[in-house]
Amino acid sequence: MHVTITVNGRQRTEDVEPRLLLAHFLRDVCGLTATNIGCDSTSCGACTVIVDGLTVKSCTVLAVQSEGAQVTTCEGLAAPDGTLHPVQEAFRTEHGLQCGFCTPGMVMASIGVLADNPDPTDREVREGLEGNLCRCTGYHNIVRAVRTAAQAGPSAGRVPQTQEVHS
Amino acid sequence: MIPAPFEYVRASSVEEALAALAEHGEDAKLIAGGHSLLPIMKLRLAVPSVLVDISGIRELSYVRVDGDGADAVVAIGALTRHHELETSDVARAEVGLLPHVAGRVGDPQVRHRGTLGGTVAHCDPASDLPTALLALGGDVVLAGPGGRRTVPVTEFFLGFFETAMDDGEMIVELRVPRLGDAGWGYEKFTRRENDWPIVAAAAVAGRDGGAARVALANMAGTVLRATATEQALAGGASIAEAAALAAEGTSPTSDMHADAEYRSHLARLLTRRALETATTPISVAA
Repeated sequence: MHVTITVNGRQRTEDVEPRLLLAHFLRDVCGLTATNIGCDSTSCGACTVIVDGLTVKSCTVLAVQSEGAQVTTCEGLAAPDGTLHPVQEAFRTEHGLQCGFCTPGMVMASIGVLADNPDPTDREVREGLEGNLCRCTGYHNIVRAVRTAAQAGPSAGRVPQTQEVHS
Repeated sequence: MIPAPFEYVRASSVEEALAALAEHGEDAKLIAGGHSLLPIMKLRLAVPSVLVDISGIRELSYVRVDGDGADAVVAIGALTRHHELETSDVARAEVGLLPHVAGRVGDPQVRHRGTLGGTVAHCDPASDLPTALLALGGDVVLAGPGGRRTVPVTEFFLGFFETAMDDGEMIVELRVPRLGDAGWGYEKFTRRENDWPIVAAAAVAGRDGGAARVALANMAGTVLRATATEQALAGGASIAEAAALAAEGTSPTSDMHADAEYRSHLARLLTRRALETATTPISVAA
């Protein structure tokens, strides 16, 4: 069936099977492979994207359930000139990653944390990221990165909504 | 993991959803947030041939006080997401146990999708919010081909993933009595914060310990009330004496998380703590 979803500011209408998961829609139909599938069972958070302003695990959402939605993936965060989103920049400066597999989900979930709470404590960051697992156990630097991003102000908790996908 | 193929129907109203259920019969399943149904469909434990998507019926998402005076209840639309319940000012002021427990379900991403009606309909014996509802009391409002009917929550959870809901019906609202001066407590034991409870206890009680209700998660095939504890309290027993009876009438299983004996221990311990919190003069909600 046809589904129309705005992904990173670009509206796409695609013919998909109803059983297609949003994570597979993003990766296989849109070719946006930042969104990783880790556990495939709503636990690890690697597939976290932002749908209509809220973080969700895209392995547990059908693409057809996102009809008319605004979806932002990690590819949709940086400005067209390549300037990184404050959370991306903070993950870079604080080295908030080791192997990098959890990172796109961590970045998206961190934006969600900062949207709710622009200046979280370490504990609030950890609670806010409880749905995201880093198997390298690199949590200290991830928490530091989120707190560093908070210093950038409200923009750290926002996503660009009307931006063309660039690759 | 990919679900088996199914036909997808998007319902934009309760009437459309009921019509789709009537047309497709028992092969159809309702999907709202999908965070209980999609995982078991991906494992092919559920293979519905038709999914009726009700998540777009946004008029079923609300938390409001309904009625006046002593008869007023908190009415919660079935498609209210856990995140909406957790952050609802009305829910926090009137039925503090419920938003507190909503905030203990899963993780933020899960709470952004899961719905109250969905978790009640799914009826998992380890589910947080049905446990809280059982302690609070109130009613489940069902819509079906014959109109609407109301079932008390105490008569709704019948057994292992089995409810009083008939084929062709859907939950449209939960009606919960306001707590007023009553206190509450919720104790959930998990190995990891965002897990299902290995055992959980929800308590609602007057500040003097009177008229106490206690509900348990994961101590039987479905959530259930700790009736021996409630009766002991009504008869004048202390919290410690009454909580020691919490596992009576339960039938916990043994699994990799805990054996039945340990679950019974947890039920007694968590019941005592939940009752102590509920009867403490300073409310957790304050």
